[in-house]
Amino acid sequence: MKRYWNEYQKEIADDHFFYERSCIRQTFFPGSEAAFLRILRDELGKDICDNPHQHTCTGIGYHSDVVPLETTMTICARLFSLMTECGYKNYVPSCVTSFGVFSEMIEKWENDPELLAKTRQWLWEATKREFSIPENIVHPSDLIYNFRFDLKPKMKYQLVNRFTGKPLRVVEHIGCHYAKIFPERGIGKAEFPYVLAGMIEAWGGEVIDYPERRHCCGFGFRQYLVQENRGYSIANTKKKFQSMEPYEPDFILTNCPGCSMFLDKWQYTLAELEHKTYDRDGYGIPVLTYEELAGLLLGYDPWKLGFQLHQVQSEPLFNKIGIAYNPDEKYKGISGRLLQRPVSPDCLRVDM
Amino acid sequence: MNKFGFAISQGRQLNFDEMKSDKADRLLEVEPSYKWCIGCGGCTASCSAAGFTDFNIRRIHTAFIRGQYDGLEEKLRRCMLCGKCLLVCPRGVNTRSLIINMRRLLHD
Repeated sequence: MKRYWNEYQKEIADDHFFYERSCIRQTFFPGSEAAFLRILRDELGKDICDNPHQHTCTGIGYHSDVVPLETTMTICARLFSLMTECGYKNYVPSCVTSFGVFSEMIEKWENDPELLAKTRQWLWEATKREFSIPENIVHPSDLIYNFRFDLKPKMKYQLVNRFTGKPLRVVEHIGCHYAKIFPERGIGKAEFPYVLAGMIEAWGGEVIDYPERRHCCGFGFRQYLVQENRGYSIANTKKKFQSMEPYEPDFILTNCPGCSMFLDKWQYTLAELEHKTYDRDGYGIPVLTYEELAGLLLGYDPWKLGFQLHQVQSEPLFNKIGIAYNPDEKYKGISGRLLQRPVSPDCLRVDM
Repeated sequence: MNKFGFAISQGRQLNFDEMKSDKADRLLEVEPSYKWCIGCGGCTASCSAAGFTDFNIRRIHTAFIRGQYDGLEEKLRRCMLCGKCLLVCPRGVNTRSLIINMRRLLHD
């Protein structure tokens, strides 16, 4: 069988990027964005601009029908105006939903020049700013994927279980808005997205192909925002975990803020509601972002990467890989003062 | 309600390979009008028993076709056989006969 998707190549700029941060990642996975900037600047020597004047793309509000399309367009245009002002042409939004929103707005403008003219007018009336459409728009996971073999020689660790010598078994989960809206904008398109699998394979791990691999994580925006509807949201997450459970994954790798959050936090909720975890020992399956994984393998301190803020604790994974960490430093702040320890859940084990 | 304010929604998928259809086939033999039903719910809306209990003809009918027989026999006992549903059915389904025959088939 000819694998056409394997030949598909997405255009990824090589240097000089404008970075846009996510609304929620710095709360739930606080070290990921800093790790990405560090990797690009210090490990790869790339130029990337982290502008302090940036703001939301409205993605959560837009996909929940709270923010109108015209507002979203104008707000995206303002973000592009910041990029234009700084002299960059390659746009890198941290969040998969932002990536989907920007791709959608650009697609609309390309197909409807009058709409683009209107957006320019709205932005000018509101802020007296002008913007250029980015020449290249990629997700940060595209960049890490693109430079995965450049990073490999710098890595201290590999995705290998040091006790058995076998590759770690990894579930990869790609955000729906990465390639399901505009397949040609994702590596491997929508049906065979290779962006995370490529990293796992390059760094020594083994990708698990399980039945519900492409199923939604359960975020779904509207389903989650109303409390009474969250049963639908968590039902999706449960379906995924039930499907991956027999394959006994060592961890889950994601490239979307919502997926990372839901696959991590819902394990606690599922444990409380059904007294069940989807690993053998009751600790749950650790969920990592691709920046955290890259940072971890490069030898960055796990606590500086923010692993202690995950719901499912990652020490069993560190032990498997052989990553050095100091348990006493886990809950210390930047000043070295011990911060409060979190309360232990009833069912999900967090004792290490 | 639990501390989260929501429960996990149950899956609504049907596995056609596992679906039991023997009783539904026999029901069709004894009461052919059963396949005319369009699921409008007029029978359920006009039902006296449904006003006081959770008796729901449409739901029972659907469960029977799917071969989901758990608890059906007990629910079917709530029907008083008054026949109001017969009067409102826009398709002329003999709903009273359906109830009687479903009871008989479940008992067999």
